[in-house]
Amino acid sequence: MIRVGVVGMGKMGLSHLSIFRAHPQVELAGICDANGYLLSVLGKYTGIPTYSSYETMLAKAELDAVVIATPSALHAPMVRTALDRGLHVFCEKPFCLDPATSEELAALAAAKELVTAVGYHYRFVGTFAEIKRLLDAGAIGEVTLAQAEAFGPVVLKRQGSTWRSKKQLGGGSLYDYAAHPLNLLNWYLGSPSWVGGTVLQPVFSSETDDQVAGTMRFDSGATGQISVNWSDESERKMSTKITLWGTRGRIHADRQELQVYLREEGPAGYRKGWTVKYTTELTKEVWFYLRGEEYSAQADDFITRVAEHRTDGVNSFTAATATDQTLAMLVADAESPTKPRGGLRRLIGR
Amino acid sequence: MDRLLFGDNQFFGVNHMSEEKARAQAMRFQDIEAIQSVLDDAYDEGVTTFMCTTHDRIAEVTAHVRANPERYPDQKFFPCMPYAHKYANAMTEDGPIGAIRRFLPDGGILDAAMRGGMSLAKKDIEGVTTLLIDAEMKMFEGLSTPVIFLQNVVVDLLLGMGFLDAFATFAEHVRTRYQAEPGFITMNTPMLLDALDQVGLVNPIVCSNINKLGFRMSGGVEGYQQALEKRPFRAIAMSVFASGAIPPAEAIEWICAQPNIESIVFGASSRAHIAATRDEVKKYW
Repeated sequence: MIRVGVVGMGKMGLSHLSIFRAHPQVELAGICDANGYLLSVLGKYTGIPTYSSYETMLAKAELDAVVIATPSALHAPMVRTALDRGLHVFCEKPFCLDPATSEELAALAAAKELVTAVGYHYRFVGTFAEIKRLLDAGAIGEVTLAQAEAFGPVVLKRQGSTWRSKKQLGGGSLYDYAAHPLNLLNWYLGSPSWVGGTVLQPVFSSETDDQVAGTMRFDSGATGQISVNWSDESERKMSTKITLWGTRGRIHADRQELQVYLREEGPAGYRKGWTVKYTTELTKEVWFYLRGEEYSAQADDFITRVAEHRTDGVNSFTAATATDQTLAMLVADAESPTKPRGGLRRLIGR
Repeated sequence: MDRLLFGDNQFFGVNHMSEEKARAQAMRFQDIEAIQSVLDDAYDEGVTTFMCTTHDRIAEVTAHVRANPERYPDQKFFPCMPYAHKYANAMTEDGPIGAIRRFLPDGGILDAAMRGGMSLAKKDIEGVTTLLIDAEMKMFEGLSTPVIFLQNVVVDLLLGMGFLDAFATFAEHVRTRYQAEPGFITMNTPMLLDALDQVGLVNPIVCSNINKLGFRMSGGVEGYQQALEKRPFRAIAMSVFASGAIPPAEAIEWICAQPNIESIVFGASSRAHIAATRDEVKKYW
């Protein structure tokens, strides 16, 4: 059995707690949170040992691996502590707010031959994984244009302040929403070499962005555009979409449906013209289901790699570092002096 | 329970195949009259149980049925709570405790509980749970709700965590306060049956995906078939068409051949589809 600890009992932490504890190869050996009441209720009803201090959990719980689901600004120091103790680490996204730290921690984990993962679960969604397979097979030729979008109903009014509303703590729609479609673009097209036209803009929040727009150029020659808004009540939940135009066709996907247009006969199952595939066909069954197969699949991938001691992985620290770098490029571009700082709202307000 | 139960996914833009189709449905059903008209069709075709989430808009349906008892003498509701996205979006902003506080009629009880500390935990949990259930049940006041369900996101979250006492707390409150049978929706039936056994819930009502494809049936088609044959529980099958991936006639023939399924819950947007499903099921059951 692999002994796993989970730190951070927010939405993602509770979800990970449930999925990891349900995994047949996992012994859930400790949970940690700063909220003493929540922790005491969880301890009492689940029987899992609880720790109010992360250091104490790492020192006493005899863990093999730790799942970190704390506010983003805490990821880096917690990951470092875990790696120093020789633990395998699953960290929520975004990985680190400073990409230099991301690189350093990815190198540290590699030097210690530890298994790492970052919770970019969209890489485990059937439709988005199928895009990767199609691109690797050259199905749409050379990609020239990519559009990455995410919309959803998170911040719908002016409101009180939590870590998610503070940019320095890794809050805002850039780190929370845009990180996902950007991580997919990194997977499909690599890292951008140039970023321009970035606007990080509030809709209702006072201290951070609620929407993101920007343009990227990739070494392959592709141009990418990101368009994100988490103040969109018309969506029931987060909706992520990717569209890729290539010299030999076009691919469009959300988490449920994949639409492919090919100018010539493609890989097996893809004819000339339109092919549509659905999640029912593209998704592999999981041993336990909560919220979506991808969450279970990423947990299983991590645990399996720990069991087999395989450090390479589709969502490793190294892969997530590319996304941290892309996020940092967007932030730097948005804040560059040639731009109106603070976005349009302030400009118009004056 | 009736053999056929009418579901509500089609009314709220839930479609597991296509976001475009989901949006088209959300547009079509944005006026409550459009929903009520399909519910009237279902009622008139003899499908008189509406299994619905505790979405805010359902309150308009229940108000209509309450105001017209002579039109709907046999109408039954199977509420499914909570409407999970409401909590999930609130949790993203406020964390788990903040989200719960937001939906309590009086946040004060939670603050008092937190001040009280650990020794009060069990009583508080039960108190908070029952208040949350009562808040969700308000819209069904005076109507027939013989079965009340806990939604799969909550059931499966608790199941994975091993927070099993919550199932007993839910069952107890639903039985005593509403004289209803508790029901559990899950994507992990074989595993849930073990858990419900552990907390002493006998012959429970469990609603889960059951379809030829094995779509969202964790534990596998064979695991489900074994459970249906050997374990004492009252099974309701949902997603029998696997979101449209299986042709209707084939899906119904298969589901009706499975042992010990008590009911099928299905959604439809037209009277013709409702009648067709009913007639297809009649061939076998």
